[in-house]
This record gives sequence, C-alpha cells and structure tokens, in this order.
Amino acid sequence: MSDAILHAGNTIDHERDFRSPVTESLAVRAVLISLTFVLLALFLVLPLVSVFAEALRMGFGQYLATFSNADARAAIWLTLLVAAIAVPCNLVFGVAAAWAIAKYRFRGRAFLISLIDLPFSVSPVVAGLVYILLLGSNSVIGGFLLENFNVRIIFAVPGVVLATIFVTFPFIARELIPLMQEQGTSEEEASISLGANGWQTFWYVTLPNVKWALLYGVLLCNARAMGEFGAVSVLSGKLRGETVTMPLQVELFYNEYAAVAAFSLASVLAGLALVTLVIKSWLEWRYADQLASGVRGH
Amino acid sequence: MAQFRFREPSIIPGFRVTFGFTLFWLFLIVIIPILGIYYRTFELDWAGFTSIVTGQRFLAALRLSFGASLLAAMFNVVIGVLIAWVLVRYTFPGRRIVDAIVDLPFALPTAVAGIALTAIYAPNGWVGSLFAPHGIRIAYTPIGIWIALVFIGLPFVVRSVQPVLEDFSTEIEEASATLGASRLRTIVGVMLPTLLPAILTGFALAFARAVGEYGSVIFIAGNIPRQTEILPLLIVFRLEEFNYAGAAAIAAVMLTVSFLILLAINLIQSWTYRRFGNV
Amino acid sequence: MEVSIQNVRKEFERFPALHDVSLDIRSGELIALLGPSGSGKTTLLRLIAGLDFPTGGAIYFGDEDASRKSVQERNVGFVFQHYALFKHMSVADNIGYGLKVRPSRTRPPKAEIRRRALELLDLVQLSGLEKRYPSQLSGGQRQRVALARALAIEPRVLLLDEPFGALDAQVRRELRRWLREIHEATGHTTVFVTHDQEEALELADRVVVMSQGRIEQVGSADDVYDQPNSPFVYGFIGESSSLPVTVEKGQVWLDDRSIGLTAKDAPEGSAQLYFRPHDVELVEGGNGCIVGTVAASRRVAGTRHVELEIGGAQHRVEIELPADHPAVGRSRVAFRPKKWKVFPQSSGAHPLRRQPAEIVELAPTGT
Repeated sequence: MSDAILHAGNTIDHERDFRSPVTESLAVRAVLISLTFVLLALFLVLPLVSVFAEALRMGFGQYLATFSNADARAAIWLTLLVAAIAVPCNLVFGVAAAWAIAKYRFRGRAFLISLIDLPFSVSPVVAGLVYILLLGSNSVIGGFLLENFNVRIIFAVPGVVLATIFVTFPFIARELIPLMQEQGTSEEEASISLGANGWQTFWYVTLPNVKWALLYGVLLCNARAMGEFGAVSVLSGKLRGETVTMPLQVELFYNEYAAVAAFSLASVLAGLALVTLVIKSWLEWRYADQLASGVRGH
Repeated sequence: MAQFRFREPSIIPGFRVTFGFTLFWLFLIVIIPILGIYYRTFELDWAGFTSIVTGQRFLAALRLSFGASLLAAMFNVVIGVLIAWVLVRYTFPGRRIVDAIVDLPFALPTAVAGIALTAIYAPNGWVGSLFAPHGIRIAYTPIGIWIALVFIGLPFVVRSVQPVLEDFSTEIEEASATLGASRLRTIVGVMLPTLLPAILTGFALAFARAVGEYGSVIFIAGNIPRQTEILPLLIVFRLEEFNYAGAAAIAAVMLTVSFLILLAINLIQSWTYRRFGNV
Repeated sequence: MEVSIQNVRKEFERFPALHDVSLDIRSGELIALLGPSGSGKTTLLRLIAGLDFPTGGAIYFGDEDASRKSVQERNVGFVFQHYALFKHMSVADNIGYGLKVRPSRTRPPKAEIRRRALELLDLVQLSGLEKRYPSQLSGGQRQRVALARALAIEPRVLLLDEPFGALDAQVRRELRRWLREIHEATGHTTVFVTHDQEEALELADRVVVMSQGRIEQVGSADDVYDQPNSPFVYGFIGESSSLPVTVEKGQVWLDDRSIGLTAKDAPEGSAQLYFRPHDVELVEGGNGCIVGTVAASRRVAGTRHVELEIGGAQHRVEIELPADHPAVGRSRVAFRPKKWKVFPQSSGAHPLRRQPAEIVELAPTGT
C-alpha cells in the first residue's frame, strides 16, 4: 500500500500523450488527407472545372448562343429520346432478371449474373461493331429489313437506341439482384400464403422494399445512357440533326474548332453528371440500408 | 443421388415469365451480337487473320493499349488504396464531397472528359503550358493517353477496396499491436494481404475498362499512326474502310482478352472465398 | 507479474466509463472481471492492455509505470472475443507472428519461431493443424489458436475479453476447464472479462464485480456469494429476493410487524432486506416471520419456485422449496430467511429487480 501512496500524486493526463494503436499519427494523417485532396483535384476536379471555364471563355452570350444552334437542339432532343427508350427497356429487364435470379434457386444462377454483367467488360466500340456486323445493310437481317420494310437500323436512330441499351444493359439488374438476394423470399412467401397473387405480391411487397435501389439503378443507367459516346459513335453514322446525340455533337463541334460550342454543350452533360452524383450520394447517405450493401458505382 | 432438378420448387409465381424474358432479352441484345463477332472473324482464313494480328500498325496499337492500360491501372491501385484508406479511416471536413467526387469518372460522359483533359494538358492548357517550356508534351503523346486512362479507371480500385476496409475489424489490428507489431508492420503485414483480393479485383476492372476505352482517349491521343493509336480506334478506322472482317478480328482479340480478365476476377473471388471464408 | 491499477478514470467524450478504479492483482493470479454490459469491465481490460489510455490514474506492471508505454511495448497477451486471427496466415504463422515482428535484435531465428509455434500448438491440443487456415477451424479451435498466439510472446500479463462469449454452451464448459489447466501449467497473471457469473465463479481465484464504471466487490467465489457487500452484488450474483423493510431498535420490521430478524449493526430507518430464495425456513404462522399468499408456483427440476405476495399485492418475493415439501399445496406460507442481509435504503439505490433475467438463469446451485 505504501506504493500506492507514493504514486498517488501521479495522476497526469496520459490520454494526450498517446494515440490509439489503430490509427496513424496526426502528421501522417494530415499528409495522406492532403495527398488525397491534391490527387482528386488534379485528376478529377480540374477537368470538371475546365469544362465550365472553357464554355464561358467568350462570355455568357456566346455560351447561350450554342443552344440556339439547330444541330445542338436536335442533339439534345435525340439524347432525351434515346434515354427515354433505353432506360425503361432496361428497367423492365432489370426487374424481371432480378426476380428470376433472386427469388428462385436454380442451376447456373451465378453464370447468368456474369452474362448480364458482360456489357460492362466489352469496349464501347466493340459494342457498336457487333450491331453493325449483325444488322448492317450487307448482313442477312439488316439487308432483309431494308429491302422488305425499308427500315434502316444501322446509321439511324434505332441503331443509336440499340447501342445505348447494350452499354446500359446491366445497370438496374446489378443494383437489384444483390439487394433482393439479401432480402430473401420470406416476405413474398408470406404474401402468397395470405392469398395474394404474384403481381400483387410484387406490387405491394417486393417493389416497396427495393424502390430506392431501383431509383439508384435508374439514375446510373440514365447518366450512362445520355453520356454514351463510343458505341453510339460507331452506330450513328453522324448524320447532323438526325442521328447525332449530345456527346457526338460535342465531338463534331470540337473537331470543327468550335471550342466554345463544344464545351457549352459539354457543360450541360457535366451538369447532368453533377446532379447524378448529388442524388446518388444523397441516396447512399439517406437510404444506405435499402441499397445493396457493398455495391456502389460502375 | 437425387434426381437432376433445374430449380428448387417455390411457391412464388412468375419464374417462367421472368426467367424466359431475361434469357430472351439477354440473347437478343448481348449474346447473339457478341457471338456474331467471332462468326465474322471466321470469314477470314487463317492467313488473313494472322496478317491482321501481326501487322505493324496493329501491334503498335496493341502495345500502346495494353501498356498504357497496365501502367494506368497500376497507378490507380496506388492512389485508389490511398483514397479508400483516407475515406474510410479518417474524418475531415469535406469527406462526403470527396467520397462523391470519386464517382465523377463514372458519371461524366467520356467525350466530355476527353475534351476537358485535352484542353488542360494541351501545350497551351492550364497544366500543359507549365510543361511545354521544358519541352515536355503531355497531350497527343502516350502520357496524355495514360492520364485519360487514370481518370476513367480511378473509381474502380477505390470502390472495390472501400467496402472491405469498412468491414475490417479493428480487433485484428489491435491483435497485431498487442503482439508487438508496429503500425506500419500491421498495415503491410496484416491489412494489405487481407485487402489484396479487393485490390486485384479493382485492378482488373480498371485495366479492362482502360483497354476498351474510347471516348476520353481519342481527343487527347492525337491519333498518330503507330505512336498514339489505340486498339478501339483501329476498329473504327477498319469500319470506315468497310473492312468488316478486319474490324471483327481486332474486336475478337479484345473480346477474348476481356473474357480472360473476367475469368481472372471470378477466380480471384472464388479463391478468396475458399481460402478466407467469412472468418 | 503483479499488476496494480491506481485511481484509474476513463471518459469517452465526456461520458465517464470508469470512475476512480483501483485494483491490485497478484502475480500468477487468475482474475475475473464480472459485470453486466456497460459496467466498464472491457474498458478496464483494454486500459491494462494499452489499447485505450486512461483519462487519469496509472497502471503498474511490477514497479514499472505501464501507462506510459504503448501497446507494442507492454508485452501483454490479449485474446479477443472474436479471436481476431489473421485469416490470410496459417495457424503456425498466426502463432509465430508476435515473434516474427520483433526487431531483429531480439527476433528468434525462423526455425526457433516454428518450433515455439508447434510447441504451443501442442499445449493447446491442436497438434497437426499448423498448416490449416483460420477459416478451416471450428470456433473452439480458433479460440485455442488465439490463446496460443497470445502466449507465444511470453506475455507479462494475459488478458482475455469474453473469451468464450461466441461459443456454444458445451464447448464453453470444455474450454473453461482447459483454460484453468493452461493457467496452472504456465502460471501467467491472467485477467479475463465475462458477463457469465458461472464462468467467473468457477474459473477465477478472485472475482471483481463491476457495475456502472465502479468496482463493487473483489473477492473469492465464496466471498462474493456469501458475503455480498452491496445490494448490486447480492442481486447480480446468484438468485435473490428482496423486500423493503425498516430497522428499528436492532429489529427488522416489515410494515408494522417484526419478522424475527435481529440486525444490530444496521443503521436505523428504512432499508432493503436481501436473502437467497433457497435459504429460507418455513415456520408455522404467527409472529416473527414473513407471511405471504401464494401467487404462482413452478416446478423447476428438483425444487419448486413459489412466488409470494406479501402485504396484499404490494411486494412479491420468490422462495424455493423442495419439490415434495408439504407446504406446497397451501395458499398461505410463512417463512424466515436463514441467511440474509439488510442494506440501508440510501446505498440501495440500484434498481435491483430490473437486472436482466440472466442473473436468475445462470445462478449456481448449492453454495
């Protein structure tokens, strides 16, 4: 006990002298955080800022003038039209695929998921090429359609839509599948056992459980649909005012040295990207528990 | 041994409709068109195929596409792990914004990224003008291509590593510390090996994306034959020449590589699961 | 190695987790920190290990002020509740890790590390599993590996945080016996945290009962069960019944009746009477006893638990009778506690009966 008395006055505030064994020193943390800021500023923020800076270089009047250009307007309308077709197509597909894969156990499920993800690993240019080979005017199907119905797919709006559907194919399905797998089937089984039919079960039970994930998927799908360049570029034929979407019009302006027009139109797409990011972050923050865990982005 | 059964019985209705529609749409939009590439490639005889895939221009583009993609994906691993670490482990003002900004390359259309990067790194651009007086050109050289590929690949490693790091139990780090390991030792010896599968997955995704990337690269590349021409651009040139078989041959090579990368990712994941389980 | 904890305080962001805790642990002793969740027992263990740092006070290992050292320098063996094995390393690599990460001056050669690992694997009865990975082991085996890994660094103190918490009851009992054997074989000063009183009473040389960031009592299993020094300990360890009483002239009164118990040392005034439900004797009515109406009666193995309403429905107490006791059929029962304790109301601030039901379920029988 004499020891205890000896040390009794020794109650210094130790806490400040030590750091937790599971973190780094303040200096290391400061350096790493600063490095992150510098890297992101250099690689991500700078390009974004430059879009707006270049667009406004000649003043606001020039910026607005871009949007009275007939080609630019046509491009904006076509982009909206393409997204309005492609997103619902993938929405229906995504929901059907997620229902089939998540609510039943059958052989080859994992393989089916890999196949659905396939378009993510195909170069956009290759994605465009596959349709040219399959549906171009010198192919069997494309020639048949052109001769008998006078329908052109390649170098026309249908081709642009097809390319967009291809590159955005997995977006909604891959948000829904993991979430619906996590949720299991007990709620659906309860609903069926209470006398609901399949459609009622989907509408009243499943859909409310996945609505935020669905919105999340639609958001990402839409962003990509409006912004796709490579696949659309190969398939569109770039007929001004007809098959040119916004990203393609940006390229056309840029290659004609109409830099301000190119960046002005690009700024609209960049704005769309920012809005997408804001809504996406908000969904992740507000409804993290109702999105598939560990699945983000792409 | 039980009788072969395609699916477990279930009382939930709708399997035939949804499964049937899924397969139909999948085949229509994805599988049949992709198989068409290989079909078209077979229209070439072997000599024709080899002459394409050994041509000087093709080989130069192949080297450039794969080389730049590899270097970009490696750089993405380094900064991706750093960014994921900072986002998960530290709290600082603006963390949520930084987290959101990481996804910018996913959200920003590639063509927009392409012209923006070109504007910055061109000899008269914000960054390019800093280097131009020293005789260093960034845009219209392989360095510019590398920068564009870093840009589009950046989120992959971050987003692969982040959830694994979030789930990492601090008990493991504390165990290492109580056994006498320094902080650096704990990070290198215990944490990084656990993150390795996620890092490899992120690397493979970033690499696959970089090899196929078109929009953000073509503006900054300058597209000088045999110097800054990437594989997807070569496909576009073949198409403009109406050389469909030639385009298909290049595409077949790229597709095959994509499939191999996909296979590698799946192997990494199943290996991880078997080895580490869910301890 | 003796461990001395002196006036340790810990606050988490102004929220006090430990108030002025002092404890002396003798060399080679096996000590249990026992308490409900939130009592501060794990916090205290982590402070000893150096995983957290005290807001005030000091911790001595022998004569050395350990609270000035980082966790790496303290050389403690810590066994985590969820094992915290390195899943990318084999069992042998896990065990040898603490030796491998030593600075080269003190690091044993590779062959020696391996020999030590195999030796420890033998000690924890897992010989032959050195090439396995943690995912290939059962929960009990993982816990043994975790212990071997902690022992490998020849720790000055061995600390275990709820070591058997994640295991099922059967494995838990086996490992308990085995831990006692290991402790006797190695002689390490050992501190373990548990909320399971059966585990604490059976295993430990001394039990430290904690509640709300304070040490309530330190003593042997007999001490804390037979001589609880606070209402909390009485309620937490084993089963107990309590009644509000008054102490007047050295006698214990329930409402306005004397119940025949003499409490000479207790201060006058309102108090709380505690007794063990099985430590009662039945008496034939009249004065000097507690009389209650039978409200419920349940057969539990060899005994019958009888719930009595005392003084109308104001108070309820439970007593245990042999299953075949003749009094079982009656509607009124009169009894007197054989062993009991009276705590003045002021110190009985703990809302006792709100303690979770686990107290009752896990109570040891006998004593």
